[in-house]
Amino acid sequence: MSEEGYMLLQIGPQHPGSGHMRMLVKLDGDVIVDFIPDVGYVHRTVEKIAETKLYIQNIPLLEKPILNDSGNANLAYIIAVEKLLDVEPPPRAQYLRTIMAELSRIASHLYGIGILSILIGSSTGFMWAFGDREIFIHLMQMMSGARITYSYMVPGGVRRDLPDQFREEFRKAARYMRRRYKDYEKIIIKNPVTRARLEGVGVLSREKAIEWGTVGPNLRASGVAYDVRKVEPYAAYEDIDFEIAVREEGDCYARLLVRFQEIMESLKIIEQALEKIPNGKILAEKYEKMIQPRAKKLVEGTGRIKFPAIYVNLKPPKGEVFSRVESGKGEITVYLVSNGSPKPYRLRFVTPSFRNLLTFKNLIPGHRLADFPAIYGSLDYFPPGADR
Amino acid sequence: MELKERIETIVGSTGEVRIDRGNIVVEVKEPKKIIEIAKKLKAEGFDHVKSVSGVDYSDQGYFEIVYHVSSYSTPELAKAILVLKVKVPSDNPRSPSLIEIWPSVEMMERETYEMYGIIFEGHPELKRLFLPEEFEGVYPLRKSFKIKEEGIMA
Amino acid sequence: MILIGNMEEFLRRAAKWLIEKKPIRDVRDWGIHFSLWPVHLTTACCGVEFAAVSDPKYDAERFGVLPFVGPRQTNFILIEGTLTRKMARAARLVYEQMPEPKFVIAMGACAIDGGIFWNSYNIVRAHEILPVEVFIPGCPPRPEAVIQAVMKLQKKIKRGDYYYGVERED
Repeated sequence: MSEEGYMLLQIGPQHPGSGHMRMLVKLDGDVIVDFIPDVGYVHRTVEKIAETKLYIQNIPLLEKPILNDSGNANLAYIIAVEKLLDVEPPPRAQYLRTIMAELSRIASHLYGIGILSILIGSSTGFMWAFGDREIFIHLMQMMSGARITYSYMVPGGVRRDLPDQFREEFRKAARYMRRRYKDYEKIIIKNPVTRARLEGVGVLSREKAIEWGTVGPNLRASGVAYDVRKVEPYAAYEDIDFEIAVREEGDCYARLLVRFQEIMESLKIIEQALEKIPNGKILAEKYEKMIQPRAKKLVEGTGRIKFPAIYVNLKPPKGEVFSRVESGKGEITVYLVSNGSPKPYRLRFVTPSFRNLLTFKNLIPGHRLADFPAIYGSLDYFPPGADR
Repeated sequence: MELKERIETIVGSTGEVRIDRGNIVVEVKEPKKIIEIAKKLKAEGFDHVKSVSGVDYSDQGYFEIVYHVSSYSTPELAKAILVLKVKVPSDNPRSPSLIEIWPSVEMMERETYEMYGIIFEGHPELKRLFLPEEFEGVYPLRKSFKIKEEGIMA
Repeated sequence: MILIGNMEEFLRRAAKWLIEKKPIRDVRDWGIHFSLWPVHLTTACCGVEFAAVSDPKYDAERFGVLPFVGPRQTNFILIEGTLTRKMARAARLVYEQMPEPKFVIAMGACAIDGGIFWNSYNIVRAHEILPVEVFIPGCPPRPEAVIQAVMKLQKKIKRGDYYYGVERED
């Protein structure tokens, strides 16, 4: 107990509800008066290490902070590098990127929904969401060969072509997920316990969301129709017809609904992308012709790119670029400064969780301690992403 | 471009406006002027900061603070990224904090302070964010802070 | 000693002597190897895969592994990836609080020797602060690998090849 009669409560890092961080909560009874997030428990100094690695080596590095949405983290960096190098990937690669990004978004949302469910005490929600996430991980594994860290996109294109069985597998997955959504509606969305714990809790007003620079579904649940895919279309989003999920309430429940809505929207996007995807190369002409003649046969036969030797010596011209991408958790921005050497001079990687940290910090005071896990879960805050 | 002209009139003689790869870059000549410019930009509709970065050019004697500003509330401005740059001398890096104008810079300015030792005057909570309190090497993102590198030479 | 009437001390020693005898020790080891309770400490991003280990597809509960609240009720700590300096202190504190016997598995390349973050200025190698029983390579390791590591640990426990608690002088 402190002098003013408040109690200081420490949550985490060893706590089921804390994730990889420590939180200091000042309590008056069970009402939170002040909240100090003690972050940095997963600060692995990505920005410094990135300055010591080649451009191509930074691809897997930047996936690690946002491990549960690595497809989009990958895309944000690659777009920045391509802007520097002035390379345009062929249309087929753009569509493949879109598919990968959307699958990654679905997996990320299911992860977020699972964590939110377990934080409000619904084990079913966790098991269902994590079980269904495996289906989309399976699809991404078919595309890239890896379970979580895809490193699917490379400067100028993608690493692998679409496997033959993918369309069939995706059709099954989409049918399953749509059927499953009805179950989710019954068990999670319309569940009286979920509604009681989430409705009207942690209300983030439109003005505050803008002021604090909130990103992603949290922003859209507060009535701001901002989505990078619409504002500054990248990959193949320009040719695809989709809607942004926006809600006005701004509470935890609205954030959950936005995530579900985005999952359904992502299924539509992938379906369209699979329909419209053109035939052709998956790597830009500039790099394709540099592939060793011996490896070319393999590339044509299997649809898997053997990296041309130029990748170890990518030297973008002097300059600086800024790229933004809408990931599952929100906007990822990369600010890349090159001085003409094979390593980045400065790489600024701002993750959605880092930007949501301020929202998280400011949103908590005034609520009861029991609502704390609900708000934390609903923001889909991922500490390794925030700490980098 | 119409937006560029609008920003040019806002900035006036306090800075330099140019276009770099689609983004409008405003180079503020003096750190003190940045508050004034930021206030006007906010009135124009730029309502949040996407990222605050420090860049170390200490071989040329300065650090650069880069603010990437954009808008949520005005759809036309949301398409644009405004890059607000200010240079501070590397031996005494000080710059006014923009927290009064854009509260969204709070954590990012704190991180820049932690990583570069740039002091943001007027920031209410300028202390370490990620690093442990007893961390001995200071300002790890400065170029003078060396870490091991891989390679044949290493 | 029984003559001077220190019954309690005698029984304690007798129990300790008995518990090290073969049949009882086997039962004890058999019991421990089915009740590995990992503590809820997610140290880094491998936690994403550890969460997948307890999901319906991989279902670690088959092996008696289910993350549990509080270090006092757990006997098993799984280092999920990188240990930063702040986190290393927390991990060590949690480890100290756990009752004996306790086991450590280090998951991921980062927990072995830093992995992709090997030259970071803010990380600690897991084996420098904790006695690791099993290392799992991979970045991140697949859930199957985590389950395999748990089974390896179980075999080790069943063999009786572990350190059981603090050794007393007597």
